[in-house]
Amino acid sequence: MKLRDMTELAVRNLRESILRNSLTTLGVAVGVASLVAMLSLGVGLQQLASSRLTKSGLFDSVFVTPKLNMRGGPPSMASQQGETRLLDEDARQEISKLPNVIEVFPQVRFFSEVRFNDKPFATMVAGMPQSAKASGAFDGMQGNFFSGESADEAILQIDFAKELSTDTASLVGKTLSIRYAERHQLEDGSGGFSIVPKEKELHIIGVVETEPAAGFGGYGNGRLLIPLGAALSLRATQVNDLRDAVRGGPAKPTFASLTVRAKSPSNVDAIEVAVKKMGFGAFSLLDASKSLRIFFSVFDLLLGIFGSLALAVATLGIVNTLVMAILERRREIGVLKALGAADSDVKRLFFIEAGVMGLMGGFGGVLFGWLIGRTLTLATNIYLKRQQLPSVEISSVPWWLVLGAISFAVLVSLIAGLYPASRAAKLNPVEALRYE
Amino acid sequence: MTPTPVATGPLAIQLDHVSRHYTLGATAIRAVDDVSFSIVGGEFVALLGSSGSGKSTLLNLMAGLDRPTSGAIHAGSRNLAELSSLELARYRRNTVGMVFQSFNLLPRMTLQENVELPLRLAEVDRDERATRVAEALQRVKLDKRTAHRPSELSGGEQQRTAIARALVNRPKILFADEPTGNLDSATGESILNLLIEIKETLGMTIIMVTHERHLAERFATRLAIMGDGKLLSDGAMPRGNQ
Repeated sequence: MKLRDMTELAVRNLRESILRNSLTTLGVAVGVASLVAMLSLGVGLQQLASSRLTKSGLFDSVFVTPKLNMRGGPPSMASQQGETRLLDEDARQEISKLPNVIEVFPQVRFFSEVRFNDKPFATMVAGMPQSAKASGAFDGMQGNFFSGESADEAILQIDFAKELSTDTASLVGKTLSIRYAERHQLEDGSGGFSIVPKEKELHIIGVVETEPAAGFGGYGNGRLLIPLGAALSLRATQVNDLRDAVRGGPAKPTFASLTVRAKSPSNVDAIEVAVKKMGFGAFSLLDASKSLRIFFSVFDLLLGIFGSLALAVATLGIVNTLVMAILERRREIGVLKALGAADSDVKRLFFIEAGVMGLMGGFGGVLFGWLIGRTLTLATNIYLKRQQLPSVEISSVPWWLVLGAISFAVLVSLIAGLYPASRAAKLNPVEALRYE
Repeated sequence: MTPTPVATGPLAIQLDHVSRHYTLGATAIRAVDDVSFSIVGGEFVALLGSSGSGKSTLLNLMAGLDRPTSGAIHAGSRNLAELSSLELARYRRNTVGMVFQSFNLLPRMTLQENVELPLRLAEVDRDERATRVAEALQRVKLDKRTAHRPSELSGGEQQRTAIARALVNRPKILFADEPTGNLDSATGESILNLLIEIKETLGMTIIMVTHERHLAERFATRLAIMGDGKLLSDGAMPRGNQ
């Protein structure tokens, strides 16, 4: 029999026992919904974590330092040996020309004394590139991000802001001054420099929870953030200045470290290798990112297994329904065989019935699963809103999950139909026709 | 009995020492026991016998619904005993038609759909199916009831529908297992008249199982009488119902 005729016959058969078949299909739908809801949570949480980490700049960045690191630094850098290259503006330009590099910016951090309401506060100042605005750390901040690369503006880290005032929101719009040590190059060509105390006024334009990618490189968290351009123009004395002085000679100023941002985390590895070949130390958190992916793969697998349990139970429903159908339609199977239906025709008929139940259950299940995910996201966001936290998407139903879940439901249903279909096909037509 | 046809002409079916034995618990049952005979194309053979004589089992063997324990059943160039289950299904689909005592129409299908079923199995095109179904239903005078379900018809009408279904694939042999068993005598006679008409028009061979001797004698061209699984007698009707 042609597939179209067979399908028509199968759908007609399913319609005849509509209540029982609907309940069986509903069972499949619940199983698929459980699977989809579990996996959508896994995928959603993975996407949430990945996007937060990607935005943080940790996983699409390579941190570059001079090869011989006097400060120690991460073990991977400390052990590197070979020719020492200066990490200066030339090196920065060279690195920025590497493929898949979006930007290269220096890490500028220096100690400062902040004066606010005539009170001194010692803290660490960090320069922030404009690209840091895309970081998730600035989502939901009080106030605004920097208006420009060289603006005399400051964003306070919230703990520091609390030291300045208990009402952190009231700080936005006010002015503070920072006192810092400016480096003045000696003109005798010795490479030495003098240190001059300087003071600069800054407008507080925002308060943020935390500094993005804080602490990477071991300089401590910046508690007062200023635009990178402004930070560079201050020529504040940094740790590596001592090394420049010791090295001697009329050298250009060097950077303590550079941050290289790649187009995507997948480019990080190649950039890291290229930077190392150029004679610098390079370090990335790619390995940590890989571990995260492995963790979520295992997490998704476990969620999938738990979700599949309900589907496994539903398949027993399909077996039961089809076995019942064989008993009820025994005579009909006999008639079909007497009229010339081959064993394979009967088998295919029951297979298609199982497949149709799986397909319908798959569609329904994906819809239910999506609704469960949306409900969980909604409930979570209501809770987060009460905690005054930004909303998140904790579930996601990508296309591969939709197609995968429906295909899986059909596959499982066909497997469930194996036994009944085979049993129906083996019925002796003479006995089946005698059946009352 | 020797496998000698009563009539002359090309053989429709030939049985050669056919037996069908099976066990029921510890008892061995010889439902058909060493039966040999031949049927020529165009005959109307009535298989007569009491209940349990083996006539229905023999019919099922000839119709390809069952396989003999031993012996050969030749239909054309094929020995049914040696066919695979797929080849037997093809034989049932393309060479024979079957009519049952209890009609065996599918209750949830309309008359049209019931009659169309063999054509679906034979993968006949939709357009041709409609034409052939209309023809078959017209032949049994039910062309005005195509959209009705079997439960909306009388017994005679249901059997006529079953005959239309058996004819729609234009078989060479029509097997009828007690076709009048569930009908009153008048309706039974009308069904047999219909079978005769079809046989005359289409030149078909009809093999009918019945226990109603008077009907067999009146309509069949040949009577084969069975008892205890054996063919007790076989012969043409004295006057001939030609």
